[in-house]
Order: sequence, then structure tokens, then C-alpha cells
Amino acid sequence: MKTWHLTTPIEDADIDDIRIGDIVYLEGTLVTCRDVAHRRLVEEHRPLPVDVAKKAILHAGPIIRDLGNDQYEMVAVGPTTSMRMEKFEEEFIKQTGVKLIVGKGGMGPGTEAGCKKYHALHLVYPAGNAVFAATKVEKIVDAQWKDLGMPETLWVCKVKDYGPLIVSIDTQGNNLFEQKKVEYNRRKEEEIAIINKEVKFIK
Amino acid sequence: MVVKYQYAEPTFSAKGTQMRDILANYIAVVSRRLPDDVTSKLKELAKVEVDPLQELIYDTMKENQLLAEKMKRPSCQDTGALQFFVKVGAKFPLLAELNDILKSAVYRATKEAPLRHNAVETFDEYNTGLNIGNGIPSVFVDLDGDSDRCEMYVYMAGGGCTLPGEAMVLMPGQGYEGVVRFVMDRMTSYGINACPPLLVGVGVATSVETAAMNSKLALMRRVDSVSPNANAAKLEHLLEDGINNIGLGPQGVGGRKSVMGVNVVNTARHPSTIGVAVSTGCWSHRRGLINFDADLNYDLPYNKGVEL
Repeated sequence: MKTWHLTTPIEDADIDDIRIGDIVYLEGTLVTCRDVAHRRLVEEHRPLPVDVAKKAILHAGPIIRDLGNDQYEMVAVGPTTSMRMEKFEEEFIKQTGVKLIVGKGGMGPGTEAGCKKYHALHLVYPAGNAVFAATKVEKIVDAQWKDLGMPETLWVCKVKDYGPLIVSIDTQGNNLFEQKKVEYNRRKEEEIAIINKEVKFIK
Repeated sequence: MVVKYQYAEPTFSAKGTQMRDILANYIAVVSRRLPDDVTSKLKELAKVEVDPLQELIYDTMKENQLLAEKMKRPSCQDTGALQFFVKVGAKFPLLAELNDILKSAVYRATKEAPLRHNAVETFDEYNTGLNIGNGIPSVFVDLDGDSDRCEMYVYMAGGGCTLPGEAMVLMPGQGYEGVVRFVMDRMTSYGINACPPLLVGVGVATSVETAAMNSKLALMRRVDSVSPNANAAKLEHLLEDGINNIGLGPQGVGGRKSVMGVNVVNTARHPSTIGVAVSTGCWSHRRGLINFDADLNYDLPYNKGVEL
């Protein structure tokens, strides 16, 4: 478990030695981007209104306080389930040149391929810790696609010391959660066999 | 042309206004302060997970909850779709106003806490921007004879944990082994993403909706509570050990434990069916309980020392 500090813009060389299970802290630009934004880019062919090349996106729908005059305060921001974006993510990475995809839980083969081909990482922020994360957001500098409502707007955040981020897919396509799932499923079958001896309540 | 969801707060009786205000305050408390049973269980689990990665996650959780309380902010950004599980007597004086009171309380708490806007109207597919909508909050009422009291669980049902629950109806030939398989398979699929350590709610009944409701009621019980039925209690215990031994750890990254607890709620079944359902509460299990008497005196059994 190595610890890394990354600053946007992120170059390929900055992340090529980072491996699954490592910890990353981020400084720079982090843009919230989730379900409908992915769909608009990939299926509706609408260009993303924020340039995320060499930057980071966060699968999240934050709580924002509207301060008026296009000023916003980040109240709470934790990640949402990344797997919902799996069907779009490879294409998303290809089209946008994003380098870090931050979310919750693992992602699948499409994202693995995207991370490998285009040099990107998927990382998880410990979900539920939304106030801690909000204190790492120095400023919300832009908001796009506001028609999608508070959770789905692209909130462009300037962050400092944002983390801990646990690397779940690295640039070689290694996948932490998929490796873990093999273990979990093996242990599950052993446990089911033990429990089933004890639950013959219908006789 | 889509007609957007409109909301105008109704005029309440003086007592109705009082109850609405108490509930709006309580919802804000629930959004930032975990119930006592959850807090103490997390503390216990943090002592068991001593590897650096797991320790880092538990430290972050602890720090987050301190910050939420200090800054008076919701501790998790997903403040859920509000659900109320209400047991109310026919003589409770505000019975007629109750539904409106609950909706208004969520509307107010959303502005004050503030909560996230989590009500998207289906088919017309727009966010109401109010955190209320058709059927949100969800109110489930159990009539309690002619009592004059009202007891309610307040639950922030999150989109990553408890809302994607699952239910199915087994054949009796599949037995309780089928129940075990159903629960365990969910733990290694959606359980990993549901923010472990989890509170696992298991419902056993006769159909999808009865089992699903039982699984939700199971999440309202304390994490260390035990079913009054001896066999159901045995299953709780077996599942707790079994799921812990899968070793999901905090956030599913691996560790010594997976769950805060497993609660089973059961009701009778038709001879031809076994309904089973799983709902999971995340580690940030924001559920409250408030008990009112006819004069709106209340107690908060899950939040010792909290005054509204």
C-alpha cells in the first residue's frame, strides 16, 4: 500500500506505476459526473460542457447550497455506485481523456479496458464520508447541465488533499474488487454449506 | 407538455404545526447523527480491523461523523428518499393530518438541513427539486387499535444500499436453505457496493411485498437486537457469522468483518410459498425513532441526550 499525491493536469507517467490497493490524494480539478451525463455524452452524442482531459471525475451527486449569483457551497459530497456507469465508461474515457475516475465499489471489464488503453485509474473514496470530503473542496468554480438538478449537475470543484482514494483499477487493467470477489464467492460457498446443516426447519 | 409537481404547504392546526416542526428538526438530526446502537457497533468493529487500509477507512468514518456534528451538515450526501414506518392509534389527535404533516416536515427539513433533492418523477423524468413528489416520502401505517399514541421510524433510504433491495418467492421444497442462498448471494453482489459494514434486514413471509416489508422493518430494529422467535434468532446468528466470514471489510475492500448485524423479521406463509427479501442498511444507517403521546410529548429511544 503506497501513498501517492497527484495534481491535475495528470500525465500518463504520473500514474503508470500506481497499483491497485495504493492510496492517492488529489489536488486540482475534480468534476462530479454520473448517470445522465455519461448517457448524454455516449448515447446522445452531446459533448461534455466541461473539459476533463488529464483531470478527474467523481461519480457523485452532492448536496450544494446555492449562495446566489452563481456562487455555490459544497455541503456534502461522497461517491455513488460506480458500476452504474460501467456501460458507458470505456467510451467516456476514450472521448474525454479523463485520467482519474473516482467512485464507490468496483467497475467491470469495459472500464478495465479503458484504463489500460487510455492510461486511467478507477479509485474509490470511502463512501458515506461526505462532510470530510466537502472540507477538501476549496471552491466550486463552475456548474454545467444544471437542468439535471442538484445530484446530476456537473459541479466543477477545485480540491486539495482530497482522499484517501483507494485504487481499484490500475493502468495495467488489474481490478481490486474483481480479485476480491473471487475470494468472497469461494468463502461464501463454504459458509453456506456450514449454515445449511442448521436450518432444516421444515420437517 | 409535462405538468411539473406542485406543492403548497397546507394550513395545519396549532398541534399539527407543532408536530411538523418537531419532525423537521428530527429529520435534520437523523441526517447528521447516527443512532447510538450504530455508533457503538462501529466503534467495536473499528477495534477489530487493524490493517492499515481498513484502519484508514474507519478513521475517516469517525472523523466524518465528528465533522458532520460540528458543522451541522448531513453526514452523507445521499440523504435518501424519506420513509416513515408509523404505528398509530385511532385516537391519536393528529391522525387526519398525519400524511400532510410528514410531507411538510420533509419539505422543510430539505431546506434547513439541507437535504439532497432525491425525488425524480417517473416517466416524465424530472427532479422535482423539492425532495418530495408523488409517493415520496413513503408512509407505511400500521393501525394500533384505539390508542392515542403515534410511534414512528424515520428512515433515510439511500439509493446505493437499502432502495435496491430484492425479494422473491421460493417453493417450500427450497426450504430455509433457499433463504440462506438468497441472502448470501446478495452479500457478494450488491452487498459489496452497499457500503459495508452492513445491517442486513431479512424478511421471511409469504409473498414479495410482505417479505419486502418485513426486511425493511428488520432494519428498524437495533443492530444488536435478537428476534423473539428461537429459530429466526438462530438464523440471524448463523447468517451474521457466515457473512462476517466472507470478509467484505469496510467498503468491500476486504477485512475481518462484513456486517454490523443481521435482523430477521418473519410472518406466516401460505403452504405453497416462502417469500424472502433482503434490504441492506449501509454503515451510515440513518434511521430514527420518535414516539409521541396525544399531547406531543415525545421520546427518542435511539438518540440518547438529543433535544430537538
